[in-house]
Amino acid sequence: MALDDRKTDFTFVGTRPNRPDGLDKVTGRAKFGADMSAPGMLHGAILRSPHAHARIVKIDTSKAEALKDVKAVVTRADFADVPFKPGLAGEFWNVLENVMAGEKALYDGHAVAAVAATSALAARDALKLIEVEYEVLPHVTDVDKAMAPDAPVIREGAADYSVPEGMHPNVVRYHESGHGDVDAGFAEADLVLEDSFVTEATHQGYIEPHACLGLLGNDGKGELWCTTQGHWIAQKTCAALLGIETSQLRVTASEIGGGFGGKTTVFIEPVALALSRKANRPVKLVMTRSEVFRATGPTASASMDIKIGMKNDGTITAACGEFRLQGGAFPGAPGDMTAMCAFAAYNLTNVKQIGYDVMANRPKQAAYRAPGAPMGAFAVESVIDEMCNKLGLDPIEVRLKNAAHEGTKASYGPRYERIGLVETLEAAKAHPHYSAPLKPGQGRGVSCGFWFNHGGETSVTLALSEDGSAQLMVGTPDIGGSRASMALMAAEVLGIPYENIRVTVADTATLGYNDVSHGSRVTYASGLATIKAARHAVEKLCERAAAKWDIPVEAVKWENGCAVPSGPNAGDFDPMPLADITAKMGRTGGPISGHFEATPEGAGVSFGTHIVDAEVDPETGKTTITRYTVIQDAGKAIHPTYVEGQFQGGAAQGIGWALNEEYIYGEDGRLQNSIFLDYRIPVASDLPMIDTVIVEVPNPGHPFGVRGVGETGIVPPLAAIANAVSNAAGVRMKQLPMSPPRILAALKDNG
Amino acid sequence: MDYHSPASFAEASALAANATGVTRFLAGGTDVLVQLRSELVTPDTLIDIKKIDGVSDITRNADGSWTLGVAATGAEMSEHPELGSDWPGVVEAMDLIGSTQVQGRATLTGNLCNGSPAADSVPAMVAAGVTVSVTGPDGTRDVAVEEIPTGPGKTSLSKGEVISAVKIPARGDNAGDAYLRFIPRTEMDIAVVGVGVSLRLDGDTVTEARVSLGAVAPTVLLVEDCAKAIIGSTLDDAALDALAAAASAACNPIDDKRGTIAFRTEVAGVLAKRAAKIAYARAKGEKA
Repeated sequence: MALDDRKTDFTFVGTRPNRPDGLDKVTGRAKFGADMSAPGMLHGAILRSPHAHARIVKIDTSKAEALKDVKAVVTRADFADVPFKPGLAGEFWNVLENVMAGEKALYDGHAVAAVAATSALAARDALKLIEVEYEVLPHVTDVDKAMAPDAPVIREGAADYSVPEGMHPNVVRYHESGHGDVDAGFAEADLVLEDSFVTEATHQGYIEPHACLGLLGNDGKGELWCTTQGHWIAQKTCAALLGIETSQLRVTASEIGGGFGGKTTVFIEPVALALSRKANRPVKLVMTRSEVFRATGPTASASMDIKIGMKNDGTITAACGEFRLQGGAFPGAPGDMTAMCAFAAYNLTNVKQIGYDVMANRPKQAAYRAPGAPMGAFAVESVIDEMCNKLGLDPIEVRLKNAAHEGTKASYGPRYERIGLVETLEAAKAHPHYSAPLKPGQGRGVSCGFWFNHGGETSVTLALSEDGSAQLMVGTPDIGGSRASMALMAAEVLGIPYENIRVTVADTATLGYNDVSHGSRVTYASGLATIKAARHAVEKLCERAAAKWDIPVEAVKWENGCAVPSGPNAGDFDPMPLADITAKMGRTGGPISGHFEATPEGAGVSFGTHIVDAEVDPETGKTTITRYTVIQDAGKAIHPTYVEGQFQGGAAQGIGWALNEEYIYGEDGRLQNSIFLDYRIPVASDLPMIDTVIVEVPNPGHPFGVRGVGETGIVPPLAAIANAVSNAAGVRMKQLPMSPPRILAALKDNG
Repeated sequence: MDYHSPASFAEASALAANATGVTRFLAGGTDVLVQLRSELVTPDTLIDIKKIDGVSDITRNADGSWTLGVAATGAEMSEHPELGSDWPGVVEAMDLIGSTQVQGRATLTGNLCNGSPAADSVPAMVAAGVTVSVTGPDGTRDVAVEEIPTGPGKTSLSKGEVISAVKIPARGDNAGDAYLRFIPRTEMDIAVVGVGVSLRLDGDTVTEARVSLGAVAPTVLLVEDCAKAIIGSTLDDAALDALAAAASAACNPIDDKRGTIAFRTEVAGVLAKRAAKIAYARAKGEKA
């Protein structure tokens, strides 16, 4: 669906003002999850399973409850066995099972009990007095081993209809898609390459641990303050898990210290509310870093097989992929997403992809920027790179030759509308980085990446004040500078300065439903909603001017923040500024506000191309990223600085994922590296300057042409870095992370 | 938990000797407080030695040797105008530990007493021939640094004993030291392998050498075979290869989350060569 009123010339959009929350954040005035307190507040703490897989025989909480400082202890028995609402029953059950273990502890770190006490220290000490009797069961943490016939069964009956008969019960979802005849396509190829790839789970690594303050009375009315990417989903889920009405729980989102997808669900919030209900006092829960690693969602780990056929001129004749994703002890690993995204950058006649969602004894995976897509891109783009090397072809030329464009039937089904992949590849080819000479020991890699992007349910309200300023209420927590972008879009429509607009992330009692800040949807969907709400207010402003001038409203238009007659025939009136209209609005019809409540459907898919130079120390296997350029289609960059920030952040997290980050499990199934010392995210000095190029191919589904940019940026890095490292080292790296011991071992094996 | 801040090492020693349960001495606290917060070690008695006179002093003695108080921090060592020109390897090793904030608290003595085989400053101190004064119920004695750690988290200090000073020998002429560690990142990490080298030249020939390895065995190692491999040489390729082989041969590492046996063994040799070259250049008065 194309919008016929899409704007192409802008006054405010495309400028780079300071973000409205910036001063609060640099002065410490901003309130994050752990910054809230309440009178009479208790401190909660959670007891976690030390076993990867164990039956909970008995929990004795009596000694903890006997302590004078302890005001409540909860276990699974304290969560009402509420009838879950239709359609979401399965996922609510899974979330409850994850929030507090039922019959079995399913992973190292799984919550089994919680206490609320008068101090954090007392709560922690009380945990030591809770006696849990476990019957330890065999466990499995590796995706391929979890699918093997002899793997321990994590939960019978978790598989849905999609899983073919005869598969292990740990395989819980199956996806297959594609088109054409891949066998015929491989027969046409001059070169067919098959290879297998493995990636380890990584954590989003947000700097702010999960934290919340909950209050729930026995009357079923509650308040919750938490760090989250979406407080309506927190509201809905907590209400379901505690058996109360959704509207009786008011949830306020704090400032958020990073989420990247990991804060789109709940972990501690229902526990704080259950403790509060039992103690009849507010309860604060704050996770430690170790709890964040052990018990919140990392991304899935993956094992993948790729087969691609290519002609000598670089034309891809067929492509096949099998993607096995492990997402912890619950359904939800994005095997379908990995499969659908893997070949989405290419215009293919013959393509087939299969995805598996596999359970293992690990924490429940959560979304992490373009969930599932980076792994698939790593496997596919590595094979394409190897084929370019074997056929002596330029990697960008080969990608251009096969690139998807408007009208291409996507590997996952639909036909693309206007997309910008070719433009990113052309920009990459023309970028000085691509032609810069490499030093000995260095290698260059490129990769494309794709993400769907999302619209989602959205409500926005814009209210004008008497003095002509505006307050905008959005419901999508600001995880990347969105308040600035919203203010710019509202300013563009209203024609008033950016600084005159205050953007608030409203709580659940103040605004209609909003989906979480995920799917790169905020600048697209809340932005569209903001534009429409502002236009709604402008209609009313024009009505007031029409009434004053006594001309039909059709004869009034809005220009540069003023109502003006639409043409010479409409009458001769001086422009009427917004503030003149709002100053009198109480007497001319009452308050003026604009609203938007809908589910925008035109998110517009997004593509990017990355160029990476890497240097490998042949004696130690250590990789240094020496140059990095991100080129991505933003549709229209509302606030270019924050678009660049998203590009750079994706590359930085990708560098960590590619080189050093990994979940390391011992033979006992316990996580070995649950602190930042041993879970190695990149530090600032590990990163080169990450250069960015914003390509703007407008999205026909947004009034200003916006495409979401938050996720695509993490899709190409794994492959682009692996290609650079492989080309530098002279040996193909097929397993992530490419840590120094792995690279050194590969170099030795290669002689 | 009992907290004490004695005014002398004799008093600190007496407090420790008479304490029951778990006792920890507190200087910078960069290990003790972290272990306390993460519930790895909850001391019954905490003895803060920062309030003893002179514990932050860095003193060059008349004979050219150095005495460092046990609470002298990494930042104070790095900022000292002369210590780093005498012992760049020791100062750089200490400076590698932690963040800027940690550098404002962390001490050589704390790094040593934490007993980690991966402690960065320890191989540098061992190579430099550093000794420490140990004050106990029976008075004060001097002990070589390599005699202090006995295994991961363990030291040879007995109940009531506390390190009261760090003594770095006089550097002397035509000598240099260096410390290198391997980490997968560029900073804020823990050594997967560490190598300290200190040597002295007569002309182009190595006449004295001490080589130590960290993170490749239960304790930091002083490897005589490494020293033998380069003494008498001009650090030519053959000597460097012999040094690398001796370093790798001395390794007795484990496979763990931070590195594999094969990796640590190989990289110990690589770093030994690289550190020796830096120490050699420094001994020749070249910038390195």
